[in-house]
Amino acid sequence: MNITEKILARGAGKSSVSPDDVVFANVDKVMIHDVSGPGVIKVFDKLKKQGISIDKLWDPTKVWVAEDHFVPSAEKVSAENIVKLSNFTKNYGIEKHFKYGMGQYGICHTISHEEAMVLPGEVYVGGDSHTNTTGALGAFACGLGHTDIAYVLLNGKIWFKVPETYYFKLNGKLPDHVMAKDLILKIIGEIGTDGGAYQTMQFGGSGVDEMSVESRLTLCNMTTEAGAKNGIVEPDQKVVDYLTQRGTTDMNLIKGDDDAEYAKVFEFESSEMEPTVAKPFSPENTTVVREAPSVELDKSYIGSCTGAKYEDLVAAASVLKGRKVKIRTEILPAAISIYQRAMENGLLKIFLDAGVTVGPPTCGACCGAHMGVLAKDEICISTTNRNFPGRMGHVESQTYLSSPLVAAASAITGKITDPRDL
Amino acid sequence: MEPFKSVSSIVTPLDKVNVDTDQIVPKQFLKLVQKSGFGKFLFFNWRFDENENKKSDFILNDPKYKNSQILVTGDNFGCGSSREHAVSALLDYGFSVIIAPSFADIFLSNCFKNGILPITLDQQLVEKLQQENGAINVDLENQIIKTPSEEISFGIDSYKKKILLEGLDDIAQTFQYEDKILEFEKESKLPSVL
Repeated sequence: MNITEKILARGAGKSSVSPDDVVFANVDKVMIHDVSGPGVIKVFDKLKKQGISIDKLWDPTKVWVAEDHFVPSAEKVSAENIVKLSNFTKNYGIEKHFKYGMGQYGICHTISHEEAMVLPGEVYVGGDSHTNTTGALGAFACGLGHTDIAYVLLNGKIWFKVPETYYFKLNGKLPDHVMAKDLILKIIGEIGTDGGAYQTMQFGGSGVDEMSVESRLTLCNMTTEAGAKNGIVEPDQKVVDYLTQRGTTDMNLIKGDDDAEYAKVFEFESSEMEPTVAKPFSPENTTVVREAPSVELDKSYIGSCTGAKYEDLVAAASVLKGRKVKIRTEILPAAISIYQRAMENGLLKIFLDAGVTVGPPTCGACCGAHMGVLAKDEICISTTNRNFPGRMGHVESQTYLSSPLVAAASAITGKITDPRDL
Repeated sequence: MEPFKSVSSIVTPLDKVNVDTDQIVPKQFLKLVQKSGFGKFLFFNWRFDENENKKSDFILNDPKYKNSQILVTGDNFGCGSSREHAVSALLDYGFSVIIAPSFADIFLSNCFKNGILPITLDQQLVEKLQQENGAINVDLENQIIKTPSEEISFGIDSYKKKILLEGLDDIAQTFQYEDKILEFEKESKLPSVL
């Protein structure tokens, strides 16, 4: 069995599973946020009316809650959703609620790794499509709709159809100025936005071995944009060190067997990658930066679970140091812990000196909710993960997806710029 | 959930691939949590201009399709965000059947939780149905789509079919059988394939 099959077999209490088996698996962790949480509450209300007991969750210690999409609240409906979420966690005794304005909080997927909320070998589901991110820690991580999440909260388990696995063998260390984001955009450009539909996308090879845990998180985050059920990387010493630094030592490292089977194997020469962007209006619409259209940008946005981890901010700072931005540029660290490290290590000063506005952690303009959304005809280069029409604001705005290095280089020139050409 | 038996209506052909849930329900409506009333937000940016006037060139605004309950569309329908609001909007607008060559995973699962029948058909058949002018009938019990000129059979998981036919809420349904499921899991040597 490969790693995904082994984790699902463990979760289902079976000695083995195969692709297309349907298994009833115990869930180890579940996450809700300020969009899926109110949806869950609605489902609970309905169940109560049907006479089903909703007095207790299966295990409140395995549930955690993030406030990310609509914080800080820009209007009263969002504010009321946060109140609802707070009442929910209080009523059910959920202690891990990362609240805006009270120390550590941030984008749910970032909290999942920054706070070691999810561990290798676990079955983790979240009420958000980018839950795939956390597979980089060696967990089975996937998103569900809020009705399914409500079921998991009450019952602690859920059905899964064991996916087939596409194995992406990445050969060689990424060159300087090229990040995991460039690589995954290239992959999505090759296989398409449904190229991984219903599949597991597993990454391995020397390219992944060389990569930091944060870079692997970027790869797994974007598997959602290829339609994958989950993204995953087998855990190694880097993952152990990463989680140990975050206070966790008790880990069950599950890896695939030597004779693990994969439905397909793709090979990419990661050592030969180039800075890449996805043009509007699809993550699969990719081109290398040096062949990107010469458009006048209005804005550079460095934020989101995909593109505002600490490593992403370090990359942006390496470009912005001693330079001034030519267009509106916002950097929103994805969690308070990252914000704090950026402050302690002088990154915030570099950003502010360059003329950048640094905002609070939030999904913000990535989902077009608030905090710097785009006007009609505005063009943005962004480290986020989606560029569908209207995703970041007006339906006639345009977003180019890129790495933090490309977004920072483009902020300096006002055009889509390869960081090697600065 | 209302029991699903059969639906007869003309089809609305939405000839697009990779329709993502941001297009089905834009972000500004996500903070609303009611299950009813989302229909007015369906394909909001395609249906309305910035002054919220109807765009005449979008198919849903053609009065001919006003009472259509069957949407026939392209590959990978419902990709992107996991928002269940997308399914609520389609249902509230009046669509109870969606036919496409393929669906995004989370969207597909959300359909069954809310009483929409998603049907996966070969590309060629989907294109043919998109050309169909008259009413067609979708009969879930017999798994047949009847057009004026032919009958097309479709596949569906038997458990999901039962849920839709009986209008059973997925969660409530499973809870009724929790003891039996646990017993089965414990005793059975067969792989569980519900």
